[in-house]
Formats: sequence, C-alpha cells, structure tokens
Amino acid sequence: MFAFLVKRILSGFLTIMLVSMIVYALFWYGPKSPALQLCVQETNGRCGPTSPRLADYEERLGYNNPVYEEYGKWVKGLVIDRTIMLGKTPYECPAPCLGLSFRDKTLVSEQLKDKFPVTVSLAVGAASLYLLIGVTVGALAARRRGTLADKLLVSSTLVFSSIPYYLVALLSFLLLTLNTSIFPDVAYTPLLDNPAKWASGLLLVWLVMGIFGATSYTRYSRGAMVESLSEDYVRTAKAKGLSARTVVVKHALRSALVPVVTIFGLDFAFLLSGTVFTEQIFDLEGIGKWGLDATYIQDLPVVQATSLVLAVAVVVANIVVDIIYSFLDPRVRLS
Amino acid sequence: MSGAARPVEGEPYLAVEDLTVRFPTADGLVQAVTDLSYSVELGKTLGIVGESGSGKSVSSMAVLGLHDRRSAQITGSIKVAGTEVVGLSESKLRDLRGNAVAMIFQDALAALHPFYKIGKQLVEAYLVHHPQATKREARARAVEMLDRVGIPQPDRRVDQYPHQFSGGMRQRAMIAMGLINDPSLLIADEPTTALDVTVQAQILDLLQDLQREFNSAVVLITHDLGVVAEVADDVLVMYGGRAVEYGTCKQVLTRPEMPYTWGLLSSVPDIGADTGARMIPIPGNPPSLLAPPTGCAFHPRCAHKDKVPGDLCSTTLPELLPGSEGERHVKRCHLADPDAIFAAEVLPEIAPDLVEEPR
Repeated sequence: MFAFLVKRILSGFLTIMLVSMIVYALFWYGPKSPALQLCVQETNGRCGPTSPRLADYEERLGYNNPVYEEYGKWVKGLVIDRTIMLGKTPYECPAPCLGLSFRDKTLVSEQLKDKFPVTVSLAVGAASLYLLIGVTVGALAARRRGTLADKLLVSSTLVFSSIPYYLVALLSFLLLTLNTSIFPDVAYTPLLDNPAKWASGLLLVWLVMGIFGATSYTRYSRGAMVESLSEDYVRTAKAKGLSARTVVVKHALRSALVPVVTIFGLDFAFLLSGTVFTEQIFDLEGIGKWGLDATYIQDLPVVQATSLVLAVAVVVANIVVDIIYSFLDPRVRLS
Repeated sequence: MSGAARPVEGEPYLAVEDLTVRFPTADGLVQAVTDLSYSVELGKTLGIVGESGSGKSVSSMAVLGLHDRRSAQITGSIKVAGTEVVGLSESKLRDLRGNAVAMIFQDALAALHPFYKIGKQLVEAYLVHHPQATKREARARAVEMLDRVGIPQPDRRVDQYPHQFSGGMRQRAMIAMGLINDPSLLIADEPTTALDVTVQAQILDLLQDLQREFNSAVVLITHDLGVVAEVADDVLVMYGGRAVEYGTCKQVLTRPEMPYTWGLLSSVPDIGADTGARMIPIPGNPPSLLAPPTGCAFHPRCAHKDKVPGDLCSTTLPELLPGSEGERHVKRCHLADPDAIFAAEVLPEIAPDLVEEPR
C-alpha cells in the first residue's frame, strides 16, 4: 500500500509537471503575445501586435528570455518567494507563488484562496446529489427491471439529459430566482461564516447540478445493478434466506458500486476544476468563471493556475479512487 | 432446526407433484418444466440427470421459491415436510431457505460473494436463522463447519476471501455454508462440475458422509451419470422439461428403458471399460422450450423411433408408465419391448463385456 502510494504520487507529480509545461508552451508559442494584455491595459489601448511598446513589455515580462528559463522561474516560485517585475514596479510574491494576474496585479495564489472554496462547495453538494439520487434511483429501477416504472425512469433520464445543461441552469435561475422567489438568495457565503446561509444560498445550484448529473448516474448504476443482481452470489444470498433488502444492498449494490466509483472519481475532479456554465449563470466567483475570464484576456498566470488545479484534482481523484477500490474489492491489492 | 418445516412420519420429506414452470418472454412462453413429480425421503438421495435446459435446475430452484414472482408462472405442488411451497409468502419462504432446505451451487467462485470473507458469509447464513446467537457464537459455528467439511486450519481460513481458496476448498466452504443450519433437505446443483476428478470424488464422499451424519434428504442435480451411480438411491432422468425415466438407481442404470437414457449411458466415458466399447454421442441438439417438438420431445433425436408403429412418436406424447420392472420404475416411451432392444442393440455397443454375463 505504501509503495503503491509513493509510486502513484511520484507519477502524479510528473503528470502535473507535464500539464503545466504544455499550458506554458501553448501561451508562449501561441499566436498572440502574452504580454499584449498588460501592454494594452497600461497604455489605454495604444498598443498593437506590431507596436514597439509591445516589444518593450515582452522584454520586461521576460518573454525574450529562453522559455525554459522563465518556466524554471515559475516552478521555483512554487517553493521559494520571488519578486516579479510587472512594468516598473517590483511585486513580492511569497511561495507558493503562482504569479500575478495581469488584469489587476493581485497575487494569483490569493485569488485562488478566494475562488476555490466556492467551487469546492458547489462540487461537494452536486456530487453528493449525483450519488444519492443517481444510485438510489438506478438501484430501484434495476430491481423493477422491465416494469412500467423502470421504463418511465430510463426514458425520462434520457430525455432530461438530452436537454443542454446551460438551458436547464438558465431556466431554473430565471424561473426560480428572478421571476419567482422560491430560491431568492442564490449567492456564496463562506461555510464558516454562516453555515445556514451557505447551504440556503447554494441549494438551488446544487439541485440543478445534482439532478442533471444524476441522470447519467442513474443509468450507470441501473446497468451495474442489473448485472450484479443476476450474479450467482446474489442467488446464493437469496437461497440463504436473507431478506430482500440485505440481498439487494449488501450483496448486489456493494459490487455494483465499483464501476460507479470509477466514473465518480473523474467527475468529481472535473467539478473541482470549476463548473463554467454554473458559475457563469448563477454568478458565483469560482474557479471555472475565473479561468474562463482569464482565457479571454490571455491572463497567463491565472490560466496556468486553473489548469494546475485541474491537473492536481484529476491526479488526486485517481489515487483516491484506487484506494477506495481496494476497500470495496478485496481482490484488488495495492502493490 | 427451527422454522415451519418439520418432518412428518412416513411421508417423503420433499414431494413434488405436477410441477410446471413457465417463463413468459418476448418470444413467447418458455415451458421450462412440465408436470414433474418426484419425492425424496429423509436419508435418501435423488439424482436428477439431464442435459442443459432439461429443467433440472429450474425445478429445484422452485423448491426454494427462488424464481422471480414476476417472471415465472409456477403451478402444481411442492411439499416440504408437508408444507406447500408453491404460493407460500416470501417471509415464510425465507424461513425455509438456508434453514430446513439448503442449496449448494456449482462454480463456488461465482456463487460466493467475492467481496466478503468466507467466515462472514457463513456467519451471515447462521445469524439469519439464529437471530438470538451472538457474533462470537456464529463465528465459532462457522469455524466448526469449515473444520467439519475438511478445510485445514479453519480458524485461519475463516478470515480469508473466496479468491484465496482453491476450487475444491471453495466448494467445501459452500457446502459448509449450506449445512450450517442443519438442513433436512439439501439440494446440490451440480456441486462437482467445476472441479477436477479427484476433488470431485472427495466432495461426493463428503456429501455422503454428511448426509449419513445428519440423515438429510438430498437432491443431487447433475449431468454426470458416474456421479449418480456413486451416490444416488433414486434417479430421475429429465428431457425437455419432463421426466422421461424415474426409478431406483440400480434399475435405471442397469435396465434403462428409454432411448434417451441409453444415449446418456452411451456417452459416458469409462476408462475401465472394454476396449471394444464405443462412446456414442446423442445426435442433434436439445429441444427448444419455446416450441417443443410434437409428441415425444426426444423423437427428432431418437434412433429407435422406427421401431414404433406409425407416427406415434411424433404425434402422441407417451405417458410416464411402469415398464417391465415393476411399479417403481417408470418411463416415457412408446417402445413395446425396450429391454430387448437395449440388450440386443445398445449393450453390445457400449459394454460388450457385460453381454456374455448371465443376468
């Protein structure tokens, strides 16, 4: 188990490094100079792709140095404090330094501290509903396989998930928050400030994300349940005289959860890296909206930070899924 | 033993009468078992023989009410110690399952839950019928049963998972789980199919020992006549969902009166047999249960149907009637003198060394 963890964490680090290199390179060699944004901002628009001012900015931001040198500085900043020159003023950037946003010259790491809890709150709430609704409904449908209730459920999840998500989110925001006051105060309040407000402010968002995402979990877990209900060991459990509930929950559902956990791990990682539509529509300042806005204006340090969050989330989720696996299925030995 | 089922003096412990099991499917009605009757007394073993799809497993699963009520139509009567099982409520069936009537399945790797320790699965089987017992008692009982079925170091192996057991050990654990509540009736569905021959013999010996010890009734489902010859008191041969021959083991195996049974006997390899003996497979395929052949279900594959006058075989279903061996040996065949045909045509082919012996 320990050796497995060390190995996975090392290879996870490699993955994260590679992702950050690729993002860095994409901006460096991309069609637009990463210095353009800052140049346009500080000269009130008197800066174009060919103007000598841009060359000036490129020089000052270090884009004339070799790429590995600048990338090296960025990596070093993750562990050691550094000073960054934006324009003529030096900025202190304490480790872990993710650079300064070109837009407002604030520390990216500080911004991340503000945005990440929003996204985590959304992800945890939505993912809990994925599992709660999805697995419950899926398991119930599998038990009633072939009945009218099952067919209705399966087809309604299909219909529901064929509606574009942004439409569902937009309509719910319009109908339930703006037009009526069923969910009047959709907003983020930090959990530690006021837990009740935190929950009530995000409830609608959780419901929209959760119910929409749960449709695919309903189908996964229904499929997995149908399969495990027909296993020999479920028949054995029944032949032992166990109650229907024990047979379904302890014997069939336990094994049906394995494939669901795999998908869930990845989904949760993507939720953690930001839910662009949701944050945009409900106007929540999370990672997704932050990253999207930064991409529009070529704010390299911010984009670099958001992609780092995604890479870390995916890597960690995969390791966690593997660990959960070994608890669910004793045949999986971590070594 | 607790629960509803108590043996009634002088009555067979399990009595199945006119059992019919149908499954409505999208393609039509599958008639898996038709008008099946048999009985087993305590201390006796009934071997049910037949090929895949002959209805042997389906009929015995009905004894425990294991078929889905929504997808199976069951008529007829199954009496366990005098209690009617067909139509019994789910909670009463649960009292019966694993308690008075236990079932052990083939392929123990698939039939044991891969995620739970052997001990836990045995404890679960014990506790469900002994709710007042403590976990410690149940565990002690599990270790005792593992020891009884010949698993070495049972106190250590009780904490292992099924995949850490060998095939034979898994089947032993399966048997231990079946017997943990001292059942009066044990249904063994091909218990030795997935095992190699030596282990097979050990498991059969074990089953026989345990049967003697507990005086239980055993229904042994198999497609292997060798297994039947070794352990069964009575034999029921099934074909296409019906009983085609039923009698004592000795009679059915030495004086079979139905061409399908002949075919089964001819297709059993025997290394001790005369080198002139031939192994003759039964031609053709098992009948469709959706659209079974008219008349005798075996007639399309029967080598002897031309010895029956007219087209009786393809038009009329033969009754299950006593042959020349007395009331207890019944067969479903139109042949007028099957014993003569068996002696003249079948026996010389499959066991030439037996022909000269005086009978």
